[in-house]
Amino acid sequence: MSAYQLNPNVFSDDVEREPIRAGFGRGLVEAGIRDNRVVALCADLTDSTQMSLFKEAFPDRFIEVGVAEQNLVTVASGMALMGKIPFTSSYAAFSPGRNWEQIKTTAALNDQPVKIIGSHAGLNVGPDGATHQMLEDIALMRVMPNMVVIAPGDSVEAEKATIAVAVNAKPSYLRLARDKTPIFSSSAAPFEIGRAYVLREGSDVTLAGTGTMTYELLIAARILAEHGTDAEVLHVPTIKPLDESTILVSVRKTGRIVTAEEAQIAGGLGGAIAEFLGSALPRPILRCGVDDRYGESGTPRELLDAFALTGAHFADRVSAFISQHSSD
Amino acid sequence: MTIAAKRGEQRTGVDLDETATLIRRSIIGMLERAGSGHSAGPLGMADLLTALYFHILRHDPKNPDWAERDIFLLSNGHTAPVLYAAMAHSGYFPVEELDTLRRYGSRLQGHPERGALPGLENTSGPLGSGLSQGAGCAYVLQHIDRDPKRFVYVMLGDGELNEGNVWEAAMFAGKYKLGQLVGIIDRNNIQIDGSTEDVMPLEDLRGKWESFGWHVLEVDGHNIRAIIDAVNMAKAVSYKPTVIIAHTIPGKGVGFMEYDFRWHGKAPSKAEASLALAGLHAAGGSESPS
Repeated sequence: MSAYQLNPNVFSDDVEREPIRAGFGRGLVEAGIRDNRVVALCADLTDSTQMSLFKEAFPDRFIEVGVAEQNLVTVASGMALMGKIPFTSSYAAFSPGRNWEQIKTTAALNDQPVKIIGSHAGLNVGPDGATHQMLEDIALMRVMPNMVVIAPGDSVEAEKATIAVAVNAKPSYLRLARDKTPIFSSSAAPFEIGRAYVLREGSDVTLAGTGTMTYELLIAARILAEHGTDAEVLHVPTIKPLDESTILVSVRKTGRIVTAEEAQIAGGLGGAIAEFLGSALPRPILRCGVDDRYGESGTPRELLDAFALTGAHFADRVSAFISQHSSD
Repeated sequence: MTIAAKRGEQRTGVDLDETATLIRRSIIGMLERAGSGHSAGPLGMADLLTALYFHILRHDPKNPDWAERDIFLLSNGHTAPVLYAAMAHSGYFPVEELDTLRRYGSRLQGHPERGALPGLENTSGPLGSGLSQGAGCAYVLQHIDRDPKRFVYVMLGDGELNEGNVWEAAMFAGKYKLGQLVGIIDRNNIQIDGSTEDVMPLEDLRGKWESFGWHVLEVDGHNIRAIIDAVNMAKAVSYKPTVIIAHTIPGKGVGFMEYDFRWHGKAPSKAEASLALAGLHAAGGSESPS
């Protein structure tokens, strides 16, 4: 297996940063160039979801539906019925937050290629507060049969993921973030729906992250290495279908796993991995994310710190977890 | 026989009023055998679905994916029995299969599922989404594919109009002047908890749709000629979407069910079905139920 090509600057203080949604904007234009069946619908958030790039490139294939998320996905369902590949965008708090039943009935149940783009997910929408910090979306979408669920780790990967869901012929959910976050991958890094990637090999513990949290786990692994702990870091952009074999191989080696996500740990990536390992390979697991509470206003950094979701916090939590389970 | 029925006879070789009676007989037979389901709505909509499947729609039951077909979407999916009966009698699948309604393994699910049957375009049941789907189809035809020949018909219940999703669709279709979209409301004045005007008043219904930018027509939903005429008029209005408010009698054709909201959500017993079929036999339609 060839090594995953990380951004060479990933551990530098001036690592490139860009909002994950920016990669979506570029990817959607590329998907539109490759296939004229791609159409885009937005619920009055065209600039902030970065759908504006597609709107400029293909004005005839862009549809403004106004602040109406139920209509957003059901109009898209009708367009899919006519052979189009519709991408719908809003904030994750509203889509799929408000229109879950319409997504289930009119897109997922009949396996239509409707793409749900939930931007501004997680805590990093910051000052907007709990109403806009969508933390339940991974669980909501993962439980829906036929649905593909992807939380890209950075803007470079988001671009690839967008192009990939345009051709997967499945109802798909892409979870995007608002804030500028570090780019840890690279244009040479692979992305395939349903694949998890080993970013760093190690033998003491598996750290599995999705979305913005993978970068923080890379930082944590570096800190842990300084203290003699050899952590393996997995990036799991596709939460459904889960790459069970990559997780299994890693946990078989390390014997314990820590998961990280900017979302509720109930039903999220941590939930998915716990469900899988619970029957396939029961091992100690620490699920990091938001634990059955809502967020609040603050800067993204303040919030990640408060919820102990930074590299430094993860290093501490992983150390404590290892010592707790070494004495077993 | 109405003039429309004669017109239909010329085109399809069937008598439309007799076909509607046949469809009502199938509905009674299906529901009795299934032991659950909705009676009043499907009976009340039988004339509308007959007009659509046997005269109005450009479709080919032997080639359900025909690229030039019109699109019909049933938004009030709980009235599935009338859709299944109309589809079976027009040739999409064997009429005998109607007997499997709501059974394990049947293609005739309790509420319709896209792809379960040839020609079944949308999944519905949870109310309020069909008009949006139809608007999506019409938008593609008018503004992306620019195909003026095909039309999109969406059947809605009146109780369904309580759903906000419907009015999001109404605004959208008004904005984009979707003249190739025709909504048909089964205005039978009942919903599960009672009369629509008691549960959540809809009137002024015409005024509501007009204010959203729609052309509004009202017809007797049991006059097949009037239904066909209204659809022809709707198709001629190209600059805005049209909604046809079809005034119907819930349970139409079965005396003891007519106007009674308690028949909205239940199926007839064996004895009730026999009584209903006897009445429907007297009204015409010579073939056996289903």
